[in-house]
Amino acid sequence: MLSIRNLHASVDGTPILRGIDLEVKAGEVHAIMGPNGSGKSTFANVLAGREQCRVTQGEVHFQGHDLLAMSPEDRARAGVFLAFQYPVEIPGVSNIYFLKAALNAIRKYHGLEELDAMDFISRVKSKVEMVKMDEALIYRAVNEGFSGGEKKRNEILQMMVLEPALAILDETDSGLDIDALKTVADGVNQLRSDDRAFIVVTHYQRLLNYILPDHVHVLSNGRIVKSGGPELALELEERGYVWLNELTAGAA
Amino acid sequence: MMNPAHTVYGDEFRGMEKTLPGSHAPWVRALRAQAMETFMEQGFPDTRIEEWKYTDVRTLARHHFTASPGLTSIDESALPSRLLTGEPAHRLVFVDGHHAPELTPFNTLLNGVTLTSLAFALANRPEELESCLGRNTDLEKPGFNALNTAFMSDGAYIRLAPGVTLEQPVHLLFIATGKTDTVATVRNVIVAGPGSKAQIIESYFSLNDAAYLTNTVTELIAGDGADIEHYKLEQEGESAYHMAGMYVRQHRDSRYTSHNIALGGRLVRNDLHVTLDEPGADCTLNGLYLTRGRQHVDNHTRIDHCKPRASSREWYKGVMDDRSRAVFNGRVVVHKDAQQTDARQSNHNLLLSNEAEVDAQPQLEIYADDVKCSHGCTVGRLDEEALFYLRSRAIDAATARIFLIHAFATDVLQRIRIAPVRRHLEEQLMVRLHGGEIPGLYGNQEGVA
Repeated sequence: MLSIRNLHASVDGTPILRGIDLEVKAGEVHAIMGPNGSGKSTFANVLAGREQCRVTQGEVHFQGHDLLAMSPEDRARAGVFLAFQYPVEIPGVSNIYFLKAALNAIRKYHGLEELDAMDFISRVKSKVEMVKMDEALIYRAVNEGFSGGEKKRNEILQMMVLEPALAILDETDSGLDIDALKTVADGVNQLRSDDRAFIVVTHYQRLLNYILPDHVHVLSNGRIVKSGGPELALELEERGYVWLNELTAGAA
Repeated sequence: MMNPAHTVYGDEFRGMEKTLPGSHAPWVRALRAQAMETFMEQGFPDTRIEEWKYTDVRTLARHHFTASPGLTSIDESALPSRLLTGEPAHRLVFVDGHHAPELTPFNTLLNGVTLTSLAFALANRPEELESCLGRNTDLEKPGFNALNTAFMSDGAYIRLAPGVTLEQPVHLLFIATGKTDTVATVRNVIVAGPGSKAQIIESYFSLNDAAYLTNTVTELIAGDGADIEHYKLEQEGESAYHMAGMYVRQHRDSRYTSHNIALGGRLVRNDLHVTLDEPGADCTLNGLYLTRGRQHVDNHTRIDHCKPRASSREWYKGVMDDRSRAVFNGRVVVHKDAQQTDARQSNHNLLLSNEAEVDAQPQLEIYADDVKCSHGCTVGRLDEEALFYLRSRAIDAATARIFLIHAFATDVLQRIRIAPVRRHLEEQLMVRLHGGEIPGLYGNQEGVA
């Protein structure tokens, strides 16, 4: 589904990603772990098409598309979804209208008719229940005045309504209490299917107690320095990231 | 100092003085003559005057605008949705500054309501106007106000008897047929008796893009406890000049709400001055200006708190694109006797291009000590983070921009209480942003809930 070759990227002229190779197949969940500053968020944002993260080398193919040649909106239409680490507040745009516009843009891209108001609302309401979000929030402006936990639930709500082929969660677990964390995990687990893949970017192993990954990759200094199965996350939890410095030194 | 650019108006005035409405009444003649003298002395304002620092009227002064000699008949079918059809209203239509009775439907009015053409009233019962026409001291200022008083040709005269409530809005529709170098000199006079209540819409439209001038002044006196909601919708043609003054005097416990929307025109100036003359008066000034191309729109507002316990709210927003320029000057003066004044002002501006410009200036002058006053003023650009967030959710870049611009402007429109006016403006906003409608965007929740 997603094939990344030798990906390099800079932010404000500073190289952050220094050659990432990754294969993600449909049905898989990949966890990307790593210390602060290792390039995890940059990696997530490059895939979503954030302009500030400039790709300097490498290739990314997503379901046969040259992903790097696509605008952020086309990536989203083709099925890429990024759950933001810091969801943006948009005063004056209602959450429900925003969701409807997003869903219809995706449906249009795939040659589907727009959902009518009734179908749309019932679809959203059922997902709102799943993510245990206060229904009143869907009529408020996007993320405006939402608590940290509400913002993250709102990201998961969007993911569930838009049903992406590839969902990238950028530290969605950071700052969440255990209930919210479980809700995020439930959302991912419900969407998990043979034709869908997830990249879960996280600093802590905690989320991976609830979302069992197929593969775990450790990012350090802009490179994947170690890959393994779920046991790697536990090892990191035990030994910390300092242990990686040796690996990085070895790879350099 | 004599300025050749404006002396032509002196000659013209002498030639037509005797034919202007109300000329048989000595007080009207004296009022016009005095105004003309003021104008001849001072001419057009120049940018050395603080209040005109950012608005240069030299291009306007190079024209010689003359009144359209009579009524141009226009085909009613040429006036499509602009008439805000569907809205039951008491309507007066003016074409190039002249009342057009054939376009004005028969109005069934309540007892105690006068709604007529000012020219008609000046011709037939000028004595009724003597205490309320041209009595606002602001009108003694030179420049366009003086020119207006000298040449005022027509407009609406509205008088509400004490306690009268108008259920339907009054709609004053000013249409320019767009003849180059013509001027419509409009004067509206509104006298709202104690406890009366009405909504009054002034809208200005053009049938084409010629370089004509609208010089308009509206005077409003709100009696004790009166409640007047006033709309000014300016949608002049692309090359038009629009110079407008709105002067409001509020008596005890009266309420005045203004919705001032500027969309059209090449060079536009709005002076809005509210005098809270007695205790407990309350005003809300709601404004939106959208500029593009080479447009220049200047809003100067002034609120005078003269007596205790009056409150004022002011919310103005502007969106500037291309090489356009806007000016906002919001002056609030709290006089010595105006204890327990509650005044709040905000002005927010959104610049869409690197060449667009806004000069925004809040001015608070406080001479009382027990007051609550605040103001906030911002100039910003579209939020790049928000744009990326929207695009990451499959919304294309152009639509994402429209979302954010609409979101910025929408609270001004949401305060508009007359639904057809609000819808009309939502449509105009969409046309400006998108060249058409985005299905379901306006009303935010209406389309989906």
